Amino acid sequence: MSQQTDVFAGRGAHGVRPPLSTAERIGSVVWYQVVVYKRTWRGTIISRFVSPLFFLLSMGIGLGSLVDARSGGVGGVPYLQYLVPAIVAVQAMWVSIGESTYAVLGNLMWDRMYQTMLGTPLRVRDVLAGHISAVVGHIAMASVIFVAVAAAFGGFSSWGAVWCVPVAVLTGLAFTVPVFAFTATQESDSGFNILFRLVVTPLMLFSGTFFPVESLPVWLQPIAWVTPLWHGVEASRAVALGTVDPPWLALHLSVLVAFVVVGWVLAVRLFTRRLVK
Amino acid sequence: MSEGTADDVLLEARGLTKMFGSFTAVENVDFAVQRGELFGFLGPNGAGKSSTMRMIGAVSPATSGTLRVFGLDPAADGPRIRARLGVVPQEDQLDQELTVQENLWVYGRYFGLSRAQVKERTAGLLEFAQLSERAKDRVEPLSGGMKRRLTIARSLISSPELLLLDEPTTGLDPQARHLLWDRLFRLKRQGVTIILTTHYMDEAEQLCDRLVVMDHGRIVAEGSPRSLIEQYSTREVLELRFDAHDHAEYAGKLAGIGERVEVLPDRLLVYTEDGDAAAAAVHSRGLAPLSSLVRRSTLEDVFLHLTGRTLVD
Repeated sequence: MSQQTDVFAGRGAHGVRPPLSTAERIGSVVWYQVVVYKRTWRGTIISRFVSPLFFLLSMGIGLGSLVDARSGGVGGVPYLQYLVPAIVAVQAMWVSIGESTYAVLGNLMWDRMYQTMLGTPLRVRDVLAGHISAVVGHIAMASVIFVAVAAAFGGFSSWGAVWCVPVAVLTGLAFTVPVFAFTATQESDSGFNILFRLVVTPLMLFSGTFFPVESLPVWLQPIAWVTPLWHGVEASRAVALGTVDPPWLALHLSVLVAFVVVGWVLAVRLFTRRLVK
Repeated sequence: MSEGTADDVLLEARGLTKMFGSFTAVENVDFAVQRGELFGFLGPNGAGKSSTMRMIGAVSPATSGTLRVFGLDPAADGPRIRARLGVVPQEDQLDQELTVQENLWVYGRYFGLSRAQVKERTAGLLEFAQLSERAKDRVEPLSGGMKRRLTIARSLISSPELLLLDEPTTGLDPQARHLLWDRLFRLKRQGVTIILTTHYMDEAEQLCDRLVVMDHGRIVAEGSPRSLIEQYSTREVLELRFDAHDHAEYAGKLAGIGERVEVLPDRLLVYTEDGDAAAAAVHSRGLAPLSSLVRRSTLEDVFLHLTGRTLVD
């Protein structure tokens, strides 16, 4: 009988609880995203696993056989093995941007889940860190699966391939965090089209993914240097091919970290402005 | 602050003001809420009720004035205050794609409850909200009343000391409203302090121990429903409808009947201690209203008297 139900049974047990630790706060937001993903994972299969596989087959194996026959690969490396580490980084960018645009705007505007969370003990930076951590999970999962599949196709020549996953996660974060900040400024999803057309696609084409940036016109090359994708691609390729030059790798990783740090400061500021009025 | 006051006064606002740019949403309001009370903010849309609630809920910083919730300052101790609150926002803000029970599980975790605690409490809360049979259903197809009850159930998962409800029954049909009122009474009997906003005078009258009437960001009156009616209105009201385009022209003809007359677009309200006597007086002047109705005064009359406007327009 509902009349007997005391919804406050056990109140003494957890009336005034000790403050939550940061890990508990962030963990609770991650857990929400996990529950959501349990419902929506089917819809992500194509974009996440099938598309990169198509790239692998068409560019890596199709175009690769042509490149290898003509010039013996890129700098002596078979084209497939040249391309695969770069696709790992590109996929990290795709997944990041896919998870930092519509899903974030939805939580801001449509179902207002962020507002719901902020009505609880959570703070803006907990909500952000939790959601971003969940995106890191997406990137890591997608990268692990892709690296495994590509390895089966002969896309890697060494166990250095394993390092592609953390590099991909960092590359993805260098997109995720600034894009979260960007999304916090959007009032509708129309801005995302610009992001996809003016950022994602050009970056994929001109960041040394399919050919070395040195093949680009000289005036285009500096653009690659300031985009996170080129640094991610170069780092991923270096660890996969075992051609790590420590100062260069340190530079690439530092640029990626800088994107994450600056993005975080902006994201906290812009989310606070948007959500705390 | 002494132990006694900290225990009895859950909430206190002095000179509380909220501005959005140059617009003043809440202007210099004072109020206090005691433990165990059901306290209301009554006023039309745009009166500043929701802005006040959001400041109490420690999600919206006050522009000026002081606010203490559980003796804490929301500007400094937001998370500690929110840990002890249950919040039912104006829009339900449920995850429509998740199931009823998943919405509760997820929410409980934000308060640091373990998975086991959350699951254990969910069954009782869904029973309370009469949603047990829908526990495993998605939220999206549920009726408005069910979603509202789910939001209330969700707000209770952390066993809050203070429950904030912003327009809890707006958009619900009468049956759903009465069910919800019944649930709120039960919570009050269990010792929960409740603050709600409403623009329904019957809701305020039925539920609230004490309320403030808000208009244009200011508090215009404060008291129990009964004391407000006694103070600002008469015992009875005679409602008259005439076959007239403009009811104002009849107002003069009623001079001397009752204590005062209010003119509404579609009817006249005669404030009087004895409605039947006033109706007889109207007829004795040879006036023939299309309809005449004697009723008790309500908070609507209080609001009309204080502001010259009706609550719901």
